Order: sequence, then C-alpha cells, then structure tokens
Amino acid sequence: MSEYLVQFNNISKFFGKVIALKDVTMKLKKGEIMCLLGDNGAGKSTLIKTLAGVHKPDEGEIIFENKKIVFDSPRDALDIGIGTVYQDLALVSLMSVTRNFFMGREPQKGIPFFKTFDIEKANKIAAQRMGQIGIDVRDPSQAVGTMSGGERQCLAISRAIYFGAKVLILDEPTSALGVHQASMVLKYIVKAASEGLGVILITHNVHHAYPVGNSFTVLNRGKSMGTFQKKDISREKLLGMMAGGEELDKLEVELKEMDRLSKN
Amino acid sequence: MSVKSQSIQSKKQSGQDERLKKISPLRVLLNRPELGALGGSILVFIFFGIVAGDTGMFSAYGTLNFLDVSANLGIIAIAAAMLMIGGEFDLSIGSMIGFAGICIAIPAIYWGWPLWMSIVFAFAMAVLIGYFNGIMVVKTGLPSFIVTLAMLFILRGATLAITRLITGRTQVPGLRVLIDNDPLAWLFATDTFQWLFNWLGSMKLIELRTDGTPLATGIPPSVIWFIALTLFATWILMKTRYGNWIFASGGDKVGATNVGVPVGRVKISLFIGTAIASTIFACIQVLDAGSADTMRGTLKELEAIAAAVVGGCLLTGGYGSAIGAALGAIIFGTVSMGIFYTDVDTDWFKVFLGAMMLIAVVFNNYIRKKVTENK
Repeated sequence: MSEYLVQFNNISKFFGKVIALKDVTMKLKKGEIMCLLGDNGAGKSTLIKTLAGVHKPDEGEIIFENKKIVFDSPRDALDIGIGTVYQDLALVSLMSVTRNFFMGREPQKGIPFFKTFDIEKANKIAAQRMGQIGIDVRDPSQAVGTMSGGERQCLAISRAIYFGAKVLILDEPTSALGVHQASMVLKYIVKAASEGLGVILITHNVHHAYPVGNSFTVLNRGKSMGTFQKKDISREKLLGMMAGGEELDKLEVELKEMDRLSKN
Repeated sequence: MSVKSQSIQSKKQSGQDERLKKISPLRVLLNRPELGALGGSILVFIFFGIVAGDTGMFSAYGTLNFLDVSANLGIIAIAAAMLMIGGEFDLSIGSMIGFAGICIAIPAIYWGWPLWMSIVFAFAMAVLIGYFNGIMVVKTGLPSFIVTLAMLFILRGATLAITRLITGRTQVPGLRVLIDNDPLAWLFATDTFQWLFNWLGSMKLIELRTDGTPLATGIPPSVIWFIALTLFATWILMKTRYGNWIFASGGDKVGATNVGVPVGRVKISLFIGTAIASTIFACIQVLDAGSADTMRGTLKELEAIAAAVVGGCLLTGGYGSAIGAALGAIIFGTVSMGIFYTDVDTDWFKVFLGAMMLIAVVFNNYIRKKVTENK
C-alpha cells in the first residue's frame, strides 16, 4: 500500500503540435495540500482538466488508491472521488442555495414515476453543511446571487466534499476575492485537508498558497520544475521559480538602468 | 419550515454572524417571479369590474368566454414559459398549431382514418418536430431564436402547400360529425360540469336561452386543460428533480453540465413540450370549430412568449414560473375579451399588449437585479 492517495506519473498532453504538458509528475497524500503554482500559460488549466477527466493524457498514468485509472469523462473522475471546483464554480446565481447544492444529484422521495425532489431534506443538509463552515445561510431557499464571492466558493467546495470527493481540485479559488474572503476560503481548505482529504490548490498567488500548502509543484511552460516540501523552500524562492521571478529581476535591472539614465 | 429556520436562526444569533437580518414577508413575495403578473391581473379585474361591471362581461357566459380565450393562450404560454426557464425560445409554436390542425383534419376527412388515429398522428408529428427543434439547437449550438424561426416558416409553408396539394383549398371542414362516439376526441371537445350549469339554469341563477337551456353550457375543455397543465408544470418545476434541471440548464448551461445535469436532454424535452402544447391547442380549436385552417395559430408564438414574460420569465433563462405564465395569459385573455364590453375601440388591444409587455420586462429586470445583487 503506497502512502499516496493519488499519483500522476509522467503526464503529457499534446494539442496538435503544441506540447501543453510534458512529463509532469505529482503525488498527493491524504490530508495534504499541494499547491500547483505557475504563471498564466504554464499549463495549469490543462493539467487540472486532465486530472478531472476532461482531457485524456497522451502519455503517463494516473494511479488512484493504488489502482491505475483511465477516465472517459468528468463523470468518471467524479464517481471515484476526484472533485473539481472550477473557477466558474458551476453555481447558478438565480437559483437557491439548496437547489445549487444538489444540482444534478437531487435527493428524491416517493413512488416511481411520481418521485419528487425532497426539498425539506435538501434544505436541512445544505443549511447544516454551510453552518459547519460558519456560513450562515439565512434561508437555504435564498438565491446564490445574494452570497459573497467567498461564500459561493465555500458552497462549491462543500458540495464537492458532500458528494464524496476524496481529492479536491480547486482552480484559483481565491483569485477573485478580497483579503478577508480569501482567508475564509483558505481556512476552509485547511479544515477539509485536516479531515483527511487530499487537496490540489491551483493558484498563481504565492502569498495565498504558501501559508496553507504542505508541498508545492511549480509548472513552467508545460514542464514541472519539481515538487518541494514547505521546509525546503522559501516564499521568495517559490516566487522566483514561477516564470515571473526571472522577469521581475530583469524588470528591476531595467528600472535601475532607467533611473540611472534619467539622473545623468 | 418556520420551526426549522427559527432554530437555525436562533443558533446563529448567539454565534458569530452579526449581519444576520430577518427578511420581511414582503421581500419573500418580491422574490417570487409571479408577483408582477399577480398584481397585473388584479389591476385588470378591478379595471373591468369598474368599467364593464354591469355589461355582462362577468356573467357566467361572459366569464367563460374570457376564460376560454385565456385558457387557450395559457396552454401554450405555460409550455413556452418552461422552455424559456430552460433558456430557449420556440418561435414555431404558431406554425405548429396550424400544422397539427391539418395533421388531424386531412387524415380524418380525406384518408378515412378514425378521428382518434389522426389525433394520435398529430401528437406523434409534434414529438418529432419538437425533437428536431431541440436536437438542432443542442447539437449546433445555434440560438434557438434562429432555428425555430426557420421552423416557423417551414411548418407554415408545409401546412399551406400540403393542404392545397391534397384538398385544393386552405381549409378542411367537416370534422364536427366525427366527434361523437370517438374514443379520444371528447378529451378536447367536451364541456364539463354541464349538470351544474343546467342546475344553475333551472334555478334561474344564470342567463337562459329562449328555449330555457342555459346560455353557458359548461366549462370548456380549454379551461380544464389549462388548469391541469398549470398544476402539472408547477409541480414539475418546483417539486421534481427534472424541474431543478430545467432551472439549472437555463441559468448556467456550462455549470449545470459540469455537475452532471443532462442539459441537452432537458432542452430537447422542453422543445417537445412546446410542440405538444401547440397540438393540444390545435385539437381544442379544430374540434371546436369543426374545421382546420392553414393560417390557424398565426402569431400565437409571440403572444405565448409575451404572456410568459409578463408572468415573470426572464429572456435570459433560469427564472420564471408556470403560474406566472398562466396569470399572464389570463391578463391578455381578459383584456382582449373585456375590451369589447367597454367603449374603447378594440384596435387598441395590441397597443395594450405591447405596453404591458414592456412594463413587465422593465419590472422583471429590476427584480432580477434585486434577487442576484450581492448583499
């Protein structure tokens, strides 16, 4: 029995001539938060879509709980317990909290052909689940549109967990949020991991990733630059490794040069 | 529900969230899509109560008259509303009505089919056409506005061409004699509660003809269908999993797909729904008139959409209600009939229809912002 919950070994993905991913390897333990860092265009989206079953990898293998897995659709990934929360969250703002929470997987009651959506049970579960994260849904039949960005993010994560996710893939969960909201979401992610889930957190914000992550995988131009444990790497070094670092250094030099020229 | 939410609220009040506030019942009501249509229909009834209260508009006969008109429109408006909630339009409703009419009349009159068989045939054609509309929209990703606009022309043209080819005319009369003893036609052609009206007549509580029979003979089939469909659609939308899928498909197609809602199947079924509703409309009208006309149902698709919009459906999908659409149909039906009882020239009806719709859209847009605004 390997210690890893899920392993992605030497994943490559090509779109025509374009090499979107090359030999990317990632391993995730139970209760671990792995941050997947990379600048825009580094291949983060392609990688998570591969993990979530949207794309099939052209090379490499996915091993989930010691079994080799091939996904034919996102539904397969969902069924074995890989829950993905995309940036758009898959929430309908005009629909109620409950109706969103159970969208596509509504609990039913009654006799065949006259089955009804068990809205009382659904309301209770949704309110209770949201309550556990400290989000007060004043009324589970209120529209999701009335919730804050952070609350929506938490709702989407909570939904993925409720429906049996063992691995949570979160795509930029904090990118559109303010400081307070982002910390609410990050707190919830830590809590979820402490309860035994594996979390892959995709972000380009090192400042959000560093405090919560246990390990960090940096992607650059479709290749993994390695996975680092938190104790082995500093925040600055991580920032440097993302494509931005080098360029920021260059920018600094150029600014100094301009400064020098203007002084002369 | 109140007990449960109170216990949640009281728990929270001692807890951390200081932003908790009670929502007033008014606010809850404001969040219902039917509100505008409900207010509108009350206003309409008050208006005609004052202007035409003593003219016979609200006699048994007059009431059934405007209810019949409302109900006919309501049958298609409800289906149109469900499709709109699912995020699509069907502009081929009116043409489908004409087409379904000749699908009943030509086999029954010219090919010697029993009436029930031609009715079944018309419904089968409706399922096919609805399925075609749906699959075209889902598979091509084209706006349903365009796809069904094409179907509007195709069906109306085919109706006219086929009818003239087979009969040499544009009308097919002679159905009335076939209705008696048909195992299916009574569903669309029987006035119900006749005993009640006879009794009311014998008690001299409603107007009588000179021969002593009541002027209003019973509840027309359209009204029964209308009530049944309103209840059925409301049950589907509010109480079933499929209803939740309809809202989800219209609200956010991509999101719904990502969480496993079969958006394509939902939309196709809703297109079949509007085609079937058009066929029910056609059955009632054709059997009532005893003849099919190639131009029957012209512009009905727009009236159905107007009623759905007045009833609170958003043009962008994901929001609306069947009861709202039903109320929207009642508003239009009542005004279109009521206007005869007033001194107002009936030419003004369309002006009213347009103005009403404009007000409804502005109002709904405001409500939508209220519902989704970030508080």
